[in-house]
Amino acid sequence: MTFETRLEVFEGPLDLLLHLIKINEIDISDIPVATITEQYLEYLDLLRALDINVAGDFLVMASTLMHIKSKMLLPKQEGDVEEIEDPRMEIVRPLMEYMQLREAAHELATRDILYRDVFKRGSETDGKRGVEEDINTAEVSLYELMDAFKKVMKRRYPGIVLRFRAETWSVKKKMVEIMKGLKGKEHFYFRDLFSGNTSISEMIATFLALLDLMKNGAIIVFQDKVGGDIKLKTLKAEA
Amino acid sequence: MSNSLKLIIESLLFAASEPLAPRQIHALLPGNDLKEIKDVLQELKNEYEGMKRSFTIKEVAKGYQFRTLPRYRPYISRMLSTTPTRLSRAALETLAIIAYKQPAIRQEVERLRGVDVGGILRVLLKKGLIRIVGRKRLPGRPIIYGTTGRFLEFFDLKDLSSLPTLKEIEELGVGEEEP
Repeated sequence: MTFETRLEVFEGPLDLLLHLIKINEIDISDIPVATITEQYLEYLDLLRALDINVAGDFLVMASTLMHIKSKMLLPKQEGDVEEIEDPRMEIVRPLMEYMQLREAAHELATRDILYRDVFKRGSETDGKRGVEEDINTAEVSLYELMDAFKKVMKRRYPGIVLRFRAETWSVKKKMVEIMKGLKGKEHFYFRDLFSGNTSISEMIATFLALLDLMKNGAIIVFQDKVGGDIKLKTLKAEA
Repeated sequence: MSNSLKLIIESLLFAASEPLAPRQIHALLPGNDLKEIKDVLQELKNEYEGMKRSFTIKEVAKGYQFRTLPRYRPYISRMLSTTPTRLSRAALETLAIIAYKQPAIRQEVERLRGVDVGGILRVLLKKGLIRIVGRKRLPGRPIIYGTTGRFLEFFDLKDLSSLPTLKEIEELGVGEEEP
């Protein structure tokens, strides 16, 4: 193992489930458990292939999904009062609660925030004390980014299964390369990141470098509109 | 009479950098009763709003404060040469959970977000947006977190009860279970 970088997954299993529900355009009250479980496990494989440390909670969710799937297969027993509830409620309830709080977080973000939208008197001295620095940003979610990466990989290597370790490419070097590529440019298309890459391991190193740069807050990944082309730019170019 | 009290209070608000609570003003002007001070603050607020200036008096963090209107943000940001405030989604979600569920313990936040939030909690503590309010009488005596006055000031909130109410699930565009 040559990666010195250890990326924590900064979004959790519920995020992943919501992402899957969204891209499959599923009604949350009627989740096709088998399909979702299969896709969920595919993502876990991809996360592992990228050598991202998969937190225990992801595995707990995986086993919950499989447990629900098996329960759904059991024939319903009439008159068994305890079993009347849809087994899927076990994940629907936390999903709904989570969606509610995510919406609340979104509402907080759109308020008139001090030092961003509104200013109090004497702001010049303490404006820099705001909450702006050193928190990583992701306007594009990790899973959306992984989808984009999966697409690029699929186009280049159809039918590939991502189960391997990248060894020859240094993530650090790739980080430097990306920053160099961004120099003097307004932005850079995500898909163009990989245009010069010649092997799977190089592509993975590039992708990990991108995640690391996002985490450090060196670059921002964004879209002009939801579902649009993913672009990146350096944070400094903002001001 | 009341006019001069109004101007005195105006001068205090103008000179203060933190939101001033009616109680704080009352402590400075013990000769006037609290009710009168509250009325004057409200009157001042209405006056500034009616004047249509680039700033107004806002009720934040249980006090009153002069603040610019959002539409002047590009110009002021340029002067201050600060990058716009950014909170990651992870940090915002963690903050929202604490704000709505407080007093909240770390396990509660992690149950909802499904990821370790230790690092984010440290950042939010450092930024003064949350604080430790005590320890829960549970095995391991877990730390209890709550939001701060700075949180209210930062998000333009008068007090915790003015947090927007959590949306009902139906409003989020999610079908309810069949009856």
